[in-house]
Amino acid sequence: MPLIKDGRIVEDEWVAVADGEPVPADRPAIVTFERWQAERASFDGRNAALGVRVKSGTLAPAIAPDLDRFALVAIEFPKFRDGRGFSTARELRERYGYEGEIRAVGHVIPDQYRFLLRTGFTSAEAPENTNPESWAHALTEITVAFQPSLDDPQPLSLLRRRLGS
Amino acid sequence: MNHIAPGRNAGVYSYDDIDRRFVAERVEQFRAQVERRLSGELTEDEFKPLRLMNGLYLQLHAYMLRVAVPYGVLTSRQLRKLAEIGRKYDKGYGHFTTRQNLQFNWIKLEDTPAILHELAEVDMHALQTSGNCVRNVTTDQFVGAARDEVVDGRVYAEILRQWTTLHPEFTFLPRKFKIAIMGSDADRAAIRVHDVGVFAKRNERGEVGFTFYVGGGLGRSPFIGKLIRDWVPEEDFVAYLEAILRVYNQYGRRDNIYKARIKILVHELGQEKFTREVEEEFARLRGPKYRLAPEIVDEIRRRFGGPAFETLTDEPESFQAAKAANPDFARWVAVNVLAHKVPGYAAATISLKPAGGIPGDATSEQMELVADLADAHSFGELRVSHVQNLVLAHVRQDALFTLWTALEANGLGTPNAGLIGDIIACPGLDYCALANARSIPLAQAISARFADPARQQAIGELGIKISGCINACGHHHVGAIGILGVDKKGEEFYQITVGGDPTLTTAIGDILGPAVTADETVDAIEAIVEVYLSNRHDGERFIDTLKRVGHGPFKERVYAAH
Amino acid sequence: MALNDQSSNEAVLKAITANRLRDGEVIFLAPGPDLRWVERLDDAALFEDAATDAALAAAKAQAEGEQFAVDVYAFDLRVADGQRVPVKTRERIRALGPTVRIDLGKQAAA
Ligand code: HEM
Ligand code: SF4
Repeated sequence: MPLIKDGRIVEDEWVAVADGEPVPADRPAIVTFERWQAERASFDGRNAALGVRVKSGTLAPAIAPDLDRFALVAIEFPKFRDGRGFSTARELRERYGYEGEIRAVGHVIPDQYRFLLRTGFTSAEAPENTNPESWAHALTEITVAFQPSLDDPQPLSLLRRRLGS
Repeated sequence: MNHIAPGRNAGVYSYDDIDRRFVAERVEQFRAQVERRLSGELTEDEFKPLRLMNGLYLQLHAYMLRVAVPYGVLTSRQLRKLAEIGRKYDKGYGHFTTRQNLQFNWIKLEDTPAILHELAEVDMHALQTSGNCVRNVTTDQFVGAARDEVVDGRVYAEILRQWTTLHPEFTFLPRKFKIAIMGSDADRAAIRVHDVGVFAKRNERGEVGFTFYVGGGLGRSPFIGKLIRDWVPEEDFVAYLEAILRVYNQYGRRDNIYKARIKILVHELGQEKFTREVEEEFARLRGPKYRLAPEIVDEIRRRFGGPAFETLTDEPESFQAAKAANPDFARWVAVNVLAHKVPGYAAATISLKPAGGIPGDATSEQMELVADLADAHSFGELRVSHVQNLVLAHVRQDALFTLWTALEANGLGTPNAGLIGDIIACPGLDYCALANARSIPLAQAISARFADPARQQAIGELGIKISGCINACGHHHVGAIGILGVDKKGEEFYQITVGGDPTLTTAIGDILGPAVTADETVDAIEAIVEVYLSNRHDGERFIDTLKRVGHGPFKERVYAAH
Repeated sequence: MALNDQSSNEAVLKAITANRLRDGEVIFLAPGPDLRWVERLDDAALFEDAATDAALAAAKAQAEGEQFAVDVYAFDLRVADGQRVPVKTRERIRALGPTVRIDLGKQAAA
């Protein structure tokens, strides 16, 4: 599936590893949070970057203790209407200070891209055959925001303001 | 750009360039979404939440567009635009709703971007009038006018409107989220049947703070909102709501649409545990980022301006003389006019409930007339009430007679605010795709049966509320008499409840007995009223008599013929 | 299929309906192999129960595939004295217009 970063389709250097499949030792790999919990010792001494994929029902506090082990957290959207991931990402950033990549996986649409960035996501997995223009366009079509957010660190001065960029 | 001079359309938040730019961008965004839908880039499943966030539903006959009237306050210019849209894109009328908005019933998807563009010309939009996001915040229709007002709720409702607009974290909630706010001790906004109901108050030092009720709601499982905090200081207003929504977004049920509202979460976690979760989240969120600084509040308040009231006295002679000379006018004043906080002024309710009429409907011509009257008599400002009427909030008492004469001549002078003819009815099966039964014809039959204004006045305060299905858009649970449409083997039947109360003493009505047909329902209402009149003590309201004598006599009479 | 006593001699047939995507208009599947849609129930194709599923699947595939219509489904109706009367009030109102505004909707154009 195409990976979107900074409004463009980019090469994905990560490999998503299904449960039961061997985890490549020499390249960045994403495993499920369940597998991480069951086999965590097996990752000791790993050199390549490790990412974890969490279901929408797995909230930030559950993964917080292990965050320093992950260079990437992939948050699943089973349906694009399931908005729990927005809170999870924001909590990872604001409450737990996580600075690695946060990726939206599953079903997200370009119309949510700005929300994703504003809650702390850095990349998004788009559906096959997605229209890349819609993602690029999503970055510029709304230039006003009414809340402080992660892509705009100034505190709530007046409620609405122009977004930087 | 047409600038709204402060004091002219007093009491309506005035947009600046940033606000306008936002709404314009949002219109273009929706235009692109419609194009992507029509081209097939977006599936219906993906498009639906996007169109709902712009207030666009698909109903029985066409699309329905719900235009936001933020906290129910609008200018005459905005109302004229609504009239024009009704004429140009709809069939010459609109429907005012219990959430203080306006719905058009015959809209084409392909016209919607153009309609939204026209709305933007008068600083209006349809944002977040539907969908699983925070909806239009509602408040007292007498805000800024009522004598009992402690805090001007508009300012905080506007703050909420801004803060919830395209909130990045809370636009895909488990379910819709409705907030109401009251700035006086009386409850004219059904605070405790909202997802979040807020009372704004002042402490001994005169500082503003808020009491929070959470988890109220009607629908399939009605709940009365629970008190979760008695005092949230003004500066924490946004942070506290952010905490509530965070807890809801994370823990609200998403497996079953009927259990997805926050009321179910509060119920399942229990008031105590829910409150603890919110308080913990709040403790973390509290800080500079979400602090609502006094400068923000002042700036927003400034943008409302304020009507330039004159120094007058109450009950001027000409007003008294008009009442004495004209009993119909005197009745309208007694029923539809409320005392104002400024001497010499009054707040007048324009009933959209003529006997036999469709509750809440107004033609484009009526809207234009009311806009003219608002210009002439109420600083160019008017309100939509949650009982689906219009309000001119700042009318000079010595102008009331002129106002009434104009209303009367155009079928808008019905003296029934708060009386039995002032029925709330949802669109029901005549328009709504989810309905079990029609609501409007029943409202028409009941208001026609009780058409006599003297009889209505004699009966006194008695709210009838009708919903065409269990979603309860007509608030039937909190009607003194509530009526719910049900489907019995393909026939329309109606279940009657009594004893509901939307005010501070919130109560959910009890079912009186088996559902009956539409005709029988009208007779049943008549029977209930007779039992009330023959049992009531002097000055006793219907719900008080009901409380005192119990359901027995009512039930007996209603079902006697069966 | 349960029928009311008084009408048990009239067969219950089905018609296929949807809302047109671009304007929301209520439409019905017309007779014929080319999957056309019409605005009036009188012009709609009627199906025996057994034939409905296949027709509905085809209509759905066409309407959704071509972004032409949404909410495609079949409903019951009876034909009495040449009049097509949907069994459910909901479908009667959809085919005609609001009962409280008989000046509006399909009933008005008749
Ligand atoms: C005609 C299209 C409409 C549709 C499809 C619709 C749909 C719904 C649904 C599904 C609910 C229940 C939501 C839930 O409990 O989760 C609901 C609730 C509600 N609706 Fe509507 N509605 C419509 C029109 C209206 C109108 C015209 C009004 C105002 C007159 C209205 C006011 C309300 C209110 C106040 C509630 C809240 C009841 C509660 O607290 O649960 N709706 N609506
Ligand atoms: S109560 Fe039911 S019938 Fe009435 S508008 Fe709401 S969803 Fe429709």
